This record gives sequence, structure tokens and C-alpha cells, in this order.
Amino acid sequence: MNSRRNKDGIIIKSVSHSYKTDTGVLPVLNNLNIKIPYNGFTAVVGPSGCGKSTLTKLISGLLKPDTGEVWLNNEKVIQPKPIVGMAFQNPVLLEWRNILENVILPLEIVPNKLSQLEKEKRARSLLSLVGLDGFENKKPSELSGGMRQRASLCRALVHKPEVLILDEPFGALDAFTREDLWQVMHKLRKEEPFTGVLITHDLRESIFLTDEVIVLSGRPATNQYEIKTEQSDNPKLESLFEPKSIEMLKNLRHQIEIAQDNQGNKS
Amino acid sequence: MRHILIPLYAIIIFLLFWEFLVWINGWPNYKMASPSDIWPAFWKFKSLFFYYGWDTLWRTVMGLLLAVVLGVFLGMVMGFSKILREAIYPLLVGFNAIPKATVVPIIALMFVGQHNLNTVLIAFMISFFPIAVSVSIGLSTLEPEYRDILRSLGASKSTIFWKIALPKTLPEFFGALKVAVTLAFIGTNLMEIVSPHGRGLGALFDSGKTNSDYPLMFAVLIALALLGIGLYYVVVFLERVFAGWAERSVD
Repeated sequence: MNSRRNKDGIIIKSVSHSYKTDTGVLPVLNNLNIKIPYNGFTAVVGPSGCGKSTLTKLISGLLKPDTGEVWLNNEKVIQPKPIVGMAFQNPVLLEWRNILENVILPLEIVPNKLSQLEKEKRARSLLSLVGLDGFENKKPSELSGGMRQRASLCRALVHKPEVLILDEPFGALDAFTREDLWQVMHKLRKEEPFTGVLITHDLRESIFLTDEVIVLSGRPATNQYEIKTEQSDNPKLESLFEPKSIEMLKNLRHQIEIAQDNQGNKS
Repeated sequence: MRHILIPLYAIIIFLLFWEFLVWINGWPNYKMASPSDIWPAFWKFKSLFFYYGWDTLWRTVMGLLLAVVLGVFLGMVMGFSKILREAIYPLLVGFNAIPKATVVPIIALMFVGQHNLNTVLIAFMISFFPIAVSVSIGLSTLEPEYRDILRSLGASKSTIFWKIALPKTLPEFFGALKVAVTLAFIGTNLMEIVSPHGRGLGALFDSGKTNSDYPLMFAVLIALALLGIGLYYVVVFLERVFAGWAERSVD
């Protein structure tokens, strides 16, 4: 791992993107620049509809930017590459497969030399890491929302993706379950290091989970504000109530308001 | 045991009530045959019932298989391509709106004398529509996240189809197939009754009519109902095997 230390993770270089609609061209991203180091974890926050989901599609190669470049681990992103892991607010587990088979899915698609037994072993170890031992043979419909999301995280990581994209993965969970899953994320990051982007609307979540928080301006989105969270390796939930965190949250909250005003004025 | 006994009792009560109604009203058998008239009528022609019952059954199943193959194909085409859906859908709706009874003489003339083919064709025509529609809706309403997850892994279109789209559509498909089974029986019998020199239960029904053998007509109805029940539960069985996951387990 250390040999790759000097590698860049994700680089988004002056990217602009717009959609064509019936009423004309809708610019979504405007000269956006983001740099996430290898094994770094960055949160992107911003007003609703400011182009955060477009950003995830650009990183995973599902969309091509109009101008600018996206680089992943020193390679330019041109088409969907089998090194991305994704998790969404909707866990989208396949209802006809049990949990173990759901987690294995990416290994059935991404080229690899693992035997079926090794795939299962890999999936089982991840499931155990997120506290789902004993649920391998259950159907998704038998699990609670938080448990499904845990399984969804395992599926996103099972093929050791070079980048993990989390698009509001905890948005639909209740507050306590969400906090449990924050702890799970820290555990996962320690045991299964990844380079990641977290799209979220929860400012506490962003400073608790990631190394850096980027605030996007209203649509068309560009960088408005960045803050390093200087998170310890093993933070406690209580740290969110310390003055340092509260100061950071106030700051971010203020930036979001500015961004919302921007977007309001334009639309 | 309960789930066999309860329907069985219900059937017995139904038959007794039927017998009672005919008896109390003194209906002659051309108005309403009673269950006790039907059994002798069946027994008198029992070999015909088996031969013709088989004819009706295999024609229906063949029509249904055709409907599945073409219906799934059309459904896939419409489910994956918006342009083709917009092009094909109005045609399908129009075709489906034509009462199939009016198509029967046309088909009978088109393939004159080929009674098996005629019958299978009508059974197919009447039953493929719900299958095509349900498959296309199942495919076009696939949540985009499913596709994104697989595409971001570099999966091909056919992988997405086999791993996600197809299994996800199966519950809708089987729902439509249950409707199609009944429709296909209607199609088969339409042809068998309307078109002369036919075989099959429909022809037996028709001969009951021409010979004023009213209990025979009622016996054919019962036989058709039994075949319908049989085929319906075959579909239910297949659904349980292939799409059993969609049934929520009762806690």
C-alpha cells in the first residue's frame, strides 16, 4: 500500500457538464475541481439538485463531461471501468438472491481469478465485518433497512474497488441506525482501505466520516468552500459535540445557506 | 390437509345447491341440467371426452407457448427501446381491441382445412397481449440504480438482462401468464365451436347443441373448467419454482 502512497486517487480537473432539456441547455457543473488523495475520503455537500449525482456519474464513467477531465488512480476515465463500487440511498439488493449471493454479484461481473469458494469467503468476511454474521442465507426482504444498507456497503466493496462512491447511503435511515452505520464505515475504512466520495445532506455525517468536506455552490455547481476535518482514526460520536466540531458545523451550515441563495437567485 | 378439504367441501356444497335449485324449480334439462344429469352424459361419451379433451388441451398449450415466445420477445423490444415501444404499442392495442370472434372466420378461411393450425393461432392471438405488456412494463420500470451498479462494474447489456432485468420481471410475467391461460382456452373453444368439422371439446359442445343433448353441453362446460383449473395450477407451480422469492413469507 505504501508504494502507492504517492498515487493520486481522484482528480476532477475543471469539469463542466450540462444537460439538454426541452427548454434549452441546463448547465449543472461549471469548472469544478476536486482532488482526493489515494485512500482519501471526501464528502461533497450542497443544495438539493446542485449536480452531486451528476458528479458521481462522471467519476464512475457513466457520463462523459462536456469539458474537463476525470482521472482515477493516474488513469483518465473514458468509459465505465470495473473498479468502481457504488451504494445509494436505496440499497437495491436483488430480492431473489440471498444476502451472500447479493454481495458476491460484483465478483461475478468483474474479471477475476477467484474460485466460487474464495468469492464466498471474501463476501463472508465482509459481512462479518459489518455485523451481519448469520444472515448470509436470509433474503433481503427479511432484513431491516439498516441491515440492507450494511449488505449494500459490502457489495460495493467486495471487488476491492479503486473508488467507492456513496450517494446518500444513509439518507433513508433513522438517526440511531445512521449513527451505527457511521461506526461501521470507520471500521470498514480501517480494515478495507478505499478512496471514496460521499455525497450527503447531513453535515454531521460529512465531518464525522471524511477527511475533507467540499461545499458546492448552487447550480451550476463549482467549488465554493473546502474544509479539512482532521478526523482522528477512531473518532467517537461524542466528538461531534465538542466545540471544534460545532464550529465546523456552523461554518458549513453558513456556506450551505450561501449556496442555496445563489441557486435561488438563478432559478 | 385443510387446504384440500376446504375447497372440496365447497365444491360439494355448490353441487348440492345446484341440484336442489333444479329440483325445487322443476327445470327441464334444456333450461338447466342438474349435476346428476351431467355424469351420465359424460359417461356415455367418455372416450370422446378424453380424445377431444386432449385435442383442446394441446392446442391451448401450443397457442400459449407461442404467446409466451412472441409476447416475451415483443415485451423485450418494447421494454428496451423507447422508440420501438412508441411505434409498436398503438398497433398492439388496436390488434387486441378487435374481438377475436370476428377474426375466427377470417383465420378459418385463410388456412382452410388446417384445423389444428387455426385453433392454435386463435389461442395465441388472444393470449399474447397481456404477456407482451407485462414484460415491457417490467423491463422499462427497472430502477436506474440497478443498471448503474452493474454498468459501473463494466457489465454488458446482456449481463444486465440475465442477471437483473429477467429475474426482476418474472413475477409480472407469471401474473400475466395466469390471465393468458384462461384467454387461450377461450380462443381454442371459439375456433372449435365456430369452425365446422373440428375436433376438441368445442366440437363436442357443438354436437350437443345440434343433437339437443343438453346435459352433454353442460358436461363439456365442466370438462373445460377442469382443464382450466389444471393448467392454471401448473402455472402457479411454475411461478413458485421460478419466482417464489416474490411471495412474502408469512411470519
